[in-house]
Amino acid sequence: MLVSESNSITPELAQAAVDAALAAFAEATTLADLKRARALHVGEHSAFAALNARMREVPNAEKAATGKLMGQARGRIEGAYAQLEPTLAEAEARAQLLAETVDVTAAPTRRTLGTRHPLAQLQDEIGDIFIAMGWEIAEGPELEHEWYNFDALNFEPDHPARAMQDTFFVDPPEAGLVLRTHTSPVQMRSMIARGVPLYVISPGRVYRTDELDATHTPVFQQVEGLAIDRGLTMAHLKGTLEHFARQMFGEGAKIRLRPNYFPFTEPSAEMDVWHPHAKGGPRWIEWGGCGMVDPNVLRAAGVDPDEYQGFAFGMGIERTLQFRNGLGDMRDMVEGDVRFNRQFGGLV
Amino acid sequence: MRIPLSWLAEQVELPAGITAEQVHADLVRVGFEEEDIHRFEAVGPIVVGQVLSREPEPQANGKTINWCQVRVAPEGQLAADGGADVRGIVCGAHNFEAGDKVVVTLPGAVLPGDFRIAARKTYGHTSDGMIASAKELALGEDHEGIIVLSRFGLDPEIGADALALFGMKDTAVEVNVTPDRGYAFSVRGIAREYSHSTGAPFIDPAFAHEIGSGTGFSVTFDDDAPIRGSSGCTGFVARVVRGVDSTRPTPAWMVARLQLAGVRSLGIVVDISNYVMLELGQPLHAYDLAKLSGGITVRRAAPGEQLVTLDGQTRMLHPEDLLITDESGPIGLAGVMGGESTKSDDSTRDVLIEAATFEPVTIARSQRRHKLPSEASKRYERGVDPLIAAPAAQRMADLLVELAGGTIDPLGADLRAQWLPVPVRLPLARVNGLLGTDFSDAEVIAALELLECTVEPGDEGVVTVSAPSWRSDLTREADLVEEAGRLIGYDRIPSALPVAPAGRGRTRDQRLRRRAAEAAMAFGLDEVQSYPFMTRAQLDAFGAGVSDAVTNEVLESHASPAAVRLANALDAEAPFMRRSLLPGLVTAAQRNVSRGVTDLSLVEFGSVFLPADTAQAAPATPPLGARPDDATLDELNASIPAQPRLVSGLLLGSAVRKQVGESARPYDWADAIDAARALAAAVHVELSLRHGAHRAFHPGRTAELGVIIDGVFTVVGVAGELLPSLVADHHLPGRAAAFEMSLSALIAASPEAAVTSQLSTYPAATQDLTLLVDTEVPAGAVLAAVVAGAGDLLEHGHIVDDYRGEGIPEGQRALTFALRFRADDRTLKAEEATAAKLAGVRAAEAAFGAYLRD
Repeated sequence: MLVSESNSITPELAQAAVDAALAAFAEATTLADLKRARALHVGEHSAFAALNARMREVPNAEKAATGKLMGQARGRIEGAYAQLEPTLAEAEARAQLLAETVDVTAAPTRRTLGTRHPLAQLQDEIGDIFIAMGWEIAEGPELEHEWYNFDALNFEPDHPARAMQDTFFVDPPEAGLVLRTHTSPVQMRSMIARGVPLYVISPGRVYRTDELDATHTPVFQQVEGLAIDRGLTMAHLKGTLEHFARQMFGEGAKIRLRPNYFPFTEPSAEMDVWHPHAKGGPRWIEWGGCGMVDPNVLRAAGVDPDEYQGFAFGMGIERTLQFRNGLGDMRDMVEGDVRFNRQFGGLV
Repeated sequence: MRIPLSWLAEQVELPAGITAEQVHADLVRVGFEEEDIHRFEAVGPIVVGQVLSREPEPQANGKTINWCQVRVAPEGQLAADGGADVRGIVCGAHNFEAGDKVVVTLPGAVLPGDFRIAARKTYGHTSDGMIASAKELALGEDHEGIIVLSRFGLDPEIGADALALFGMKDTAVEVNVTPDRGYAFSVRGIAREYSHSTGAPFIDPAFAHEIGSGTGFSVTFDDDAPIRGSSGCTGFVARVVRGVDSTRPTPAWMVARLQLAGVRSLGIVVDISNYVMLELGQPLHAYDLAKLSGGITVRRAAPGEQLVTLDGQTRMLHPEDLLITDESGPIGLAGVMGGESTKSDDSTRDVLIEAATFEPVTIARSQRRHKLPSEASKRYERGVDPLIAAPAAQRMADLLVELAGGTIDPLGADLRAQWLPVPVRLPLARVNGLLGTDFSDAEVIAALELLECTVEPGDEGVVTVSAPSWRSDLTREADLVEEAGRLIGYDRIPSALPVAPAGRGRTRDQRLRRRAAEAAMAFGLDEVQSYPFMTRAQLDAFGAGVSDAVTNEVLESHASPAAVRLANALDAEAPFMRRSLLPGLVTAAQRNVSRGVTDLSLVEFGSVFLPADTAQAAPATPPLGARPDDATLDELNASIPAQPRLVSGLLLGSAVRKQVGESARPYDWADAIDAARALAAAVHVELSLRHGAHRAFHPGRTAELGVIIDGVFTVVGVAGELLPSLVADHHLPGRAAAFEMSLSALIAASPEAAVTSQLSTYPAATQDLTLLVDTEVPAGAVLAAVVAGAGDLLEHGHIVDDYRGEGIPEGQRALTFALRFRADDRTLKAEEATAAKLAGVRAAEAAFGAYLRD
């Protein structure tokens, strides 16, 4: 092999290669320019590569020093590249992001969260309150047999109390089928099916032959409660109602009982709730009916009234929603106008 | 019940100046809820005047008016309106003469209907006030002419306040009387309750007068068909007053009280009977004695018998109806309404008063049967004090003598109802035991005695209580506990929270329904709640919906579906109970669209009502107060129509609106299917689809939604595009998509527990597959065949493309599927995945002639 007497790789040449590369790098404004400059100056066909190729001709005694010289030169070029590359990459990325700017205030709506009906939502929340107390939720059919709706609840067939309920009858009336006028039939079904002790609420749709107006609707929802156990008294009824009222109307809510009459309770009471946040100022609001379960009702379910006693209560869910949310007209609740739902968030 | 306060004050001491609101508050405390307050509307200077002169002046229009000078204040004094003592007044009536005392409404007075009196020019004079008729004052209906006070037997001072004179400054409180308290349909009953509430002394009007009796008039009870063993009539007191002048005007004070109590004045005799009924609670009837033939028999109606009641209506009688009869036949429907033939009228001279005691059930049934709720029947069906008949008859006779002339005759009948107290044993501890109170025994006994119960001591801590005659509702321990609580005060009941046994939370069904509801919300659906009442047209348009599917009726049937029908629907056009939720959703959509909200995605969760099996005989209703045996309960339950819960949705308008960078995308059939799939997934059910048909849906865009149970496609619903003509008929814009599913069926199909296995972490092998198949073969079916054929190694597959056109034979299409294979125990080799795929191809080929695209 041919070995030259003299070393053709001089420090000046190496320096010139480095200078040329660094000058080219400095001129690069884009990552692509930079990469091109590197290929040009240290790539396979670059002047630097040609110079490096002369290593073969370097006298053996100088090989180490020259190798080091070339190594350092490459190191300086690569170092400069490594320094510039992320800066340019970052600037470029930034520029691209900038170019992608949109008007976020005109963001299109592609999916909208739907809404539950506030009455359904309130019904669920009421369920949660009672479940937290260990109660359960009982349900039954809306179209009922008269026995469950009336007779089992101690409504005498010929007593005017039966007419008090403004009942829808199924044709023919002899079939004994009615649209339930309250969810009390579910109380009877629960006592028969689940036995005692029993703590249940029964929410659901009920029907009365009232024309729709601002305060009445022929189809509405009730929640009734029934607790049967040993030693339950009207004080427990009041305590339960008070707890419920505070959840519904706020901490300051309280309950007032007034004597009333229902065939299925004795003693019976009308309950008023003190609504501390009522629209137009705190006041008493008629909320529903309640009382101690009539012994005849217990007997109809096969429960011994000498051993067990209990209480029952019921109120309209529409009415509850109306007062706690300050709603004026009941028609909004039944018309299906989606704007009504949308006024409520996830919670009523 | 409406109680004029002046009347109440006759029976119980009212504090001076008490307001109607205060009386309401006092009555509410003992269980009589306030309903309303009633007053006369006429206010202002309305005085007694004397006509000094009356000059008739014929007018061009043919009428004659009277130009009158009327003295409205004693000479030299100012009138009530501050004006002169003599006024010129134009009057169109002619039933008076100079010298008559009349009622003058002076300028400043306001009459009912916001009729403001002012001096006004008319017929060439200035009429400085008005001479009033009874009707103008709203004191009765009489508009024959003006009120001439002498005809009422009145001769008051000129200038006196006419409203006070007529009792028109009185106020009535209206309270709600609950059905257990018949006695409270009287001033007597309410006065007693007011006394209980306030402690004010009560004076029983029933025994304030001497009570006589008559004899010699034949009255017989002949009840051959007592209801539940109770005789229909248990008492009949008859009294006779002869020589009555039935034409006498009813005194204004009585008219005013009747009117405030809500009863119209109909003539002196009827007015007095109504007045005494309101006062004492005993319904009374006045017969014209001259029209009666022989004595009275109280009996049940014979088949085919008829009666013309005093409203002129002919009533077909029922053998259960109790009748008052004389020798001519029926003369009254007992306790409900008297008969036309024997009623008293202006010519009646001799009056026979009936004060009877009837059994409540008989009266209640007759009243309902003949749809004749009357003031009498209202009291009888709630129970009338059996001891009040004789005092009431006496009171009526006395008032007839006093106000209509006549004399009490010894003729009459005195069959008084027998009344025996019903002793109830009351362990005193039961009171606090039920109420949770700390009442002392003495308090309880005092409360019961206040009610006029007799309380006799028995064993230790036990008393025997007998309620008074007017409290037939107090028959049990609990009834007495309520009375003690009511009178001592419910405000003494403390508050205690009971501790329920540990609960189980919501049932699985309830939890799944809640999940579905929340999934619907997350999917973007807005929940509505519709009335379930349907017209025939709605039933016909939407059919029986999916409830057909789940009962295996045919979806595409066009027959008018059977539906539960109401006997007394509010809207006679809509007597049917819904079989589908879609009509309600359409109605809700119409309402939203009419209010300018046109992009809608509505959902409803609700029950539908399947028609009952009419062939089945209705089970008899079991009796009160006893648990029916299981067989009876089963029979009752079986008679109730099935009411599955559905979930349905309606999509209308844009799914995505036209926005910056987005073009509008209308809802279509696929959105409906997608929503249905999401809801099913929420209850862990995967829906299968196949082409279906439904009368309300587009025939080419209807999917039957099903669940594969034991390899069988079981229909749970329908989804797709609604029939465009149906959408147009309902005035909804554009196209609409809808779905309806049985939520009950979905939940039934939902697995009780999730089936889980260890996840394989070996790599998946993904392969695409393109099959050519006849265009009419459903892609879903092809995929199902591939999946079934590929076996367990196939983890997932879905359709990615449906291509027809160039390169594909006419009548065929190329379906491309993306398939993902994975093994549980090893890294799958490409050839294993290919083998599985080819197995799938063979299955599709066998089923549909599908073949690989080369």
